[in-house]
Amino acid sequence: MTIDRLGGAGLLLLALFVAWEDRVLPLGTHSRPGPGYLPLLLSSFLAVLAIILILRGRFSAAFRSVKWPEGRHALAILACCGFATLALERLGYRITMLILLAFLFGVLERLKWWVVLGLSLALSFGSFWVFDTLLKVLLPRGGFGF
Amino acid sequence: MFETLQNLLLGFSAALTPANLFYALMGCLIGTMVGVLPGVGPLAGISLLLPTTFGLNPTAALILLAGVYYGAMYGGSTTSILMRIPGEAASVMTCIDGYAMAQKGRAGPALAIAAIGSYIAGTMSVVGLMILAPPLAKFALGFGPPEYSTLLILGLLVLGYMTGGSMIKNLAMIILGLLLGMIGIDHFTGYFRFSYGIVALGDGIGVVPVAVGLFGVAEILASAGQPTRPEVLKPHLRDLIPSGQEFRDSAGPVGRGTILGFLIGIIPGSAHIISTFISYAVERKVSRHPERFGKGAIEGVAGPESANNAASCGALVPMLALGVPTGPIPAVLLAALMVHGINPGPLFIKEQPVIFWGLIASMYVGNFVLLLLNLPLVGIFVNFLRIPYKILYPTILMFCVVGVYAVNTSVVDIVIMTAMGLLGYVLRKFDFETAPIVLGVVLAPIIEMSLRQSLAMSNGSYAIFIQRPISLVFLVAALVMIFLALKPLIRKGLDWRARLIKAENGDAL
Repeated sequence: MTIDRLGGAGLLLLALFVAWEDRVLPLGTHSRPGPGYLPLLLSSFLAVLAIILILRGRFSAAFRSVKWPEGRHALAILACCGFATLALERLGYRITMLILLAFLFGVLERLKWWVVLGLSLALSFGSFWVFDTLLKVLLPRGGFGF
Repeated sequence: MFETLQNLLLGFSAALTPANLFYALMGCLIGTMVGVLPGVGPLAGISLLLPTTFGLNPTAALILLAGVYYGAMYGGSTTSILMRIPGEAASVMTCIDGYAMAQKGRAGPALAIAAIGSYIAGTMSVVGLMILAPPLAKFALGFGPPEYSTLLILGLLVLGYMTGGSMIKNLAMIILGLLLGMIGIDHFTGYFRFSYGIVALGDGIGVVPVAVGLFGVAEILASAGQPTRPEVLKPHLRDLIPSGQEFRDSAGPVGRGTILGFLIGIIPGSAHIISTFISYAVERKVSRHPERFGKGAIEGVAGPESANNAASCGALVPMLALGVPTGPIPAVLLAALMVHGINPGPLFIKEQPVIFWGLIASMYVGNFVLLLLNLPLVGIFVNFLRIPYKILYPTILMFCVVGVYAVNTSVVDIVIMTAMGLLGYVLRKFDFETAPIVLGVVLAPIIEMSLRQSLAMSNGSYAIFIQRPISLVFLVAALVMIFLALKPLIRKGLDWRARLIKAENGDAL
């Protein structure tokens, strides 16, 4: 399987999904197009492009040749983003960032504990001071007031 | 002419206030840092700074963001010359001869010529912007929905062609962006589309989480855990002055790069990258000693760097005069303007002269600030490159979260950013360009509105697009673009886009 064929298949599935979801929206008429008109038109174009990609994708790189050496880091970073989503308004900006940065510096990058502590505290509290206090960008304080 | 000068004076009176001078200075400094640091391109940089401008008046906000824009364009050259790592994509061509010069102990003159060339190109192309934008806006006053529809379609097709790589893939990414831009309330009927009961999606997917996700988070995902970068060279201030011969050799490339860059900047697509590529090719072609290229020819630095900065300015012409962004960075700037209640387009220059001319004047000031500050501060900027990436990327991620959250104070935006980061990461692996997605998201509402209005005007007939002359011209141009894209399928050999990819991959041209 090549990357173009796999990519094309993904896009084709997306086009079919959009067309399926579009069925609940009124299409309207040509003179009065409804909210479903353009999404359907676009998903049709996307399906055509996806099919071309699949048909012409024979000579692209093989999927097996794609390397994911940074995969472990990528997963951990995505998990951190997920944690930030869940914790930001509950724990507050400073505590959330402190935990997030400590995890990335300490667990993922294995820096020395005092570097982890210093950097995490300085960055989380420092960025809060710059954005919230200095630039008046409202950041969440959470249940603990942090 | 007299009116233009009068307006420019009005602009300088707005730009030269102490507060706005400070914002221009800050914008240039932050922009240069953004350009120097790997993983934070100008697009993510502008997006992340957007929330910090909410408390500012529109003129100051625009001055700050524009400063970041051209500061980042300059900053990218520093890493190219000193480390052979382009801070952003437009600096790829500078790597070739800039780094070769650095290896010969001529890093200082390369940096100086890059700065001087950028200054001259930036200043000259502001003159072009000043001359071209007002008449273009006047001309565009005659545009109706059909003209706008075809102009936008042409713009997207040109973007698909100019972005490089496979046009089929680029078009698919544009459509993906347009579909993402359809999420939310349909403004004609009030229907919720693809929002699955999530109220926060009613206003649609914002351009900031999309841009930060695709360019900031995706870059972090792709580079975290990679081996450490090579040693950085640190030039001293006294080494920066180029020789007389180097000045003479650079004059022509700077002039040609300025004109080329400005003209290419107006065309949709990744203008910065393309302009540097074309400028490098032109310089090698016109040189009496083309064999010097790749081995440290100053012309290979002067031309692309000038073209790069001129293109940044050229890209603002259609954005300010027509309200049509030609690439992802102008698209984010457009979104920033809209946040501040300004709608760029044909009426913008007429109705908001202080903001428009203030921006123009601030660009003169900003270019001067860049020249004045960046050369003496190059040693300090270089120090940023010494920060290990394992410390840098968690910091960048923190700024991504805070920047995205602050736009709407909504965690839904962080979810969108994360999803876009993952999407961008996977798309890179599959060799897809992500820039067209951002433009699609921004243009989706404008395209939909103009298309539906056009069809309502014509009672459902698509013939309206060929019955109106301007619209017909745009359609013909769109067809030409499709033909150009199909040409490599018929004729053998590499077209310029394939050669660009080769250059980006570090292969010899």
